[in-house]
Formats: sequence, C-alpha cells, structure tokens
Amino acid sequence: MAKITSGLGTSHIPLLGYLMDKGESHLEKWAPIFKGYEFTKKWIREQKPDVVILVYNDHATTFDMKLIPTFAIGCGESYRPADEGYGARPVPLVKGAPKLAWHVAESVILQGFDLTIVNEMTVDHGLTVPLSMVFGEVEEWPCQVIPLAVNTVVYPAPTGERCLALGKAIRAAVEQFPDDLTVQVWGTGGMSHQLLGERAGLINREWDLAFMDDLKNDYEKLAKISQVEYIRESGTEGSEMVMWLIMRGALNHEVQEVHRHYHVPVSNTALGHLIYENASQESEEEKAL
Amino acid sequence: MNNQQKPYDNIPGTTVFDGDMARIGFHLNQFCMSLMQESNRVAFKQNERAYLDQWPMTEAQKTAVLERNFSQLIALGGNIYYLVKISSTDGLSVAAAVSTMTDLSVDEYIDMMRRGGRSPEGNRFTDQGENKPSEESLWQK
Repeated sequence: MAKITSGLGTSHIPLLGYLMDKGESHLEKWAPIFKGYEFTKKWIREQKPDVVILVYNDHATTFDMKLIPTFAIGCGESYRPADEGYGARPVPLVKGAPKLAWHVAESVILQGFDLTIVNEMTVDHGLTVPLSMVFGEVEEWPCQVIPLAVNTVVYPAPTGERCLALGKAIRAAVEQFPDDLTVQVWGTGGMSHQLLGERAGLINREWDLAFMDDLKNDYEKLAKISQVEYIRESGTEGSEMVMWLIMRGALNHEVQEVHRHYHVPVSNTALGHLIYENASQESEEEKAL
Repeated sequence: MNNQQKPYDNIPGTTVFDGDMARIGFHLNQFCMSLMQESNRVAFKQNERAYLDQWPMTEAQKTAVLERNFSQLIALGGNIYYLVKISSTDGLSVAAAVSTMTDLSVDEYIDMMRRGGRSPEGNRFTDQGENKPSEESLWQK
C-alpha cells in the first residue's frame, strides 16, 4: 500500500531558483539562505520518495484571470517549467504520477472536496523552486510529482480549516492506494511578505516563528486563523501559509520535527523551511489503544 | 479608496485583491498577462500607446501603465503578480517595482529588507488607537 512518510514546508521565493540557475547559490553572501537546505538535500537522498504531492500556488502564470481554480490537482504525465516572462527555468521536466493523482482526485472529490482536474499545464517557480531547493541541481527529478495548485492570488484563498481537512482527505486517499509507494506532501509558500502598497516589505518574524512552533501540535489552532488576520499580521501574501496546513493535515497527528530553517530576508520575503517525519506506525497504534 | 466596508479596509497601506478589484481590473490584468509572450513585449515596447489601445481598458488605466504608476495601477484593479510583468518587460526587479509604492527609494527599501523588513508594529490598523474593530471573529466560524 502507498503511505505518506513525511512532509516539509518551504518558501518558494523566485530569487532562490534564479541564483541556482545562474550558478551563484554557492556564493558566500547567499550562504545564510542555502546552508539551511544542506540537511534537507542529505535527508531526501535517504528518504527516496516515489511521489511528492507538491502544494503550491500559481503566480499568474498558468492560470490568469480567465480561470481561477481554488484547488487544482495535476493528473497529467508531465509538466513543463513555465516561461514566466524571461525564459523557462533550465530545470528538468516534471514527471507526473497520473495513476495516483487520479486516485487521489476521485477519492477526495467523493470525500467532499470539489477539485479541478488539470491534465496539461506548465508549472512556475511556486513548484520548481522547492524541487530545486530540496533536490539541488539534478539531470532529472528523482521522483514523480503531483502538483496541487491553490489559489492565493485572488481573495479569498481557501480557509485554513478547509486546507487542513483537504490534507486529511489526501492522506486517507493515499493510504487506500494499492501500489507500494513512499509519498511525501510538501506545503510551500510564505512566510510573511507583502508586495504592494505603502506597507510593502512587511515582515513579521514573531508571527512566522510562532506559526512554525504551533504547526507541530497546535495546527487546529492555526487552521482557525482568518484570511484577514493573515493579511494584517503577515502581509497580503502571508496567506500563502494555508498551503502548509494541507501538508500538516496529510501527516499523522504525531510527528517529529527533524529540521527547521528561518531567514530574513530573501528579496521581499521571510524564508521558512521545516521537515516533519510521521511518528512510527507503532506509536500511532499505541495511541489508538 | 478601495476595499471600503470590507473587514480589511482598516489595514493601512494595503489593497486586498478581492472580487471588486478583480472586476474593475480584468482587462488591465489580462493586458499584463499578454506580456508573457516575447512578440507582445516587442510590440508593446515599440508603441506602448497603440498596444494599450487594443485592450478595452479605461483611459486612467492606460495612463497609469504609461506612467508606470504602480500605486495607481493597484487602485485601478491591477494585481501585483500581473503588474510585475510590466516591470519585468522594463528589465526591473520586483523590489524596484514594489518600492515605488512606498515612501522609500529602491535603495532605502532594499536596505529596510536587509534589516529585517517593515515591522508590523503600528502597521496593523489605520486607527492604532483603542477602537480596534473586532471583525476578526466574524470571519471565524
């Protein structure tokens, strides 16, 4: 059977991909950013996921104002990195996992989540930057990817409660899939940032760190944060953090935080990254007894 | 003034891109989207006015594009992820575009970010006084 073993949260700031593509990520000035992913690169080689369900938002790249799905799951064979206005990132084609993706789509729709199904699309930095930060520079991505795009561009983004519940539904779906697959769920975006208005440049370190603290055990509390509160406290783009709640919902209640990284600034944004591993099956069963 | 009578209308220096903004900004944002294609970027740069006239945008929106007035473009329904396609066409960074909406120069803005960004202190409510509205609870079940 397929199982979700672990999850991670990470910002998907475009500068990170830009620096890697230009071959500048090793420069000393960027070390405080990239050093925080060295553990991750070793960790992922040990974990060897077969499939990553990658939760991200499209930034007016594939979806424009004509079509704004709140949740869209990629069920295609592959996805090309998008040209976001200055040429596509020189990173490998993203291979899909259509069989599992269709299974997840069917399952979560029947569980009450009205997903949009996408068979062909390009993927922007929201999806490719996390792959680069975790896997590094590779000839091909060493796993299949199911893109799960969430609208965070047009108000309102889905609520935290809905995102957490979707994560739980995804977990149930994956656990019913007959193939033996190791699956991870990644929540991306954030942390605090605001790209518009006189208040542009807002960063709320205290808020971000509290969010990372609470995500482990008090995620139900985080799920109650309103959109307005996200905007007020962590900037107009801070509501991207609901995507981390999808990841959290897809994991066991008991998780171990095995890594954490926080750095301000990366261009206009606070960078956050953490890794959770599901507590062993035994301890979950013990808890149930 | 945007976002009036909304639960976020008292967040200072902020325009939330909601349905009202999306409605008035539809053609402006789709014009920005067209700049994702190289041939359109060339056509726009060759004759900005003529290119803009192909779009059913308001005169105020066209003028704001020509003036690269990002604060005005936000007020007229532009979304920042769309608007940066104009500044990218100009070869400018996101920070360069974003900083024009603040009271800081680009260098001052970048310096502020290096020092940890803009503090939320004093930037949560337009009225920082004792009459903090309690609308948050309305948005929670």
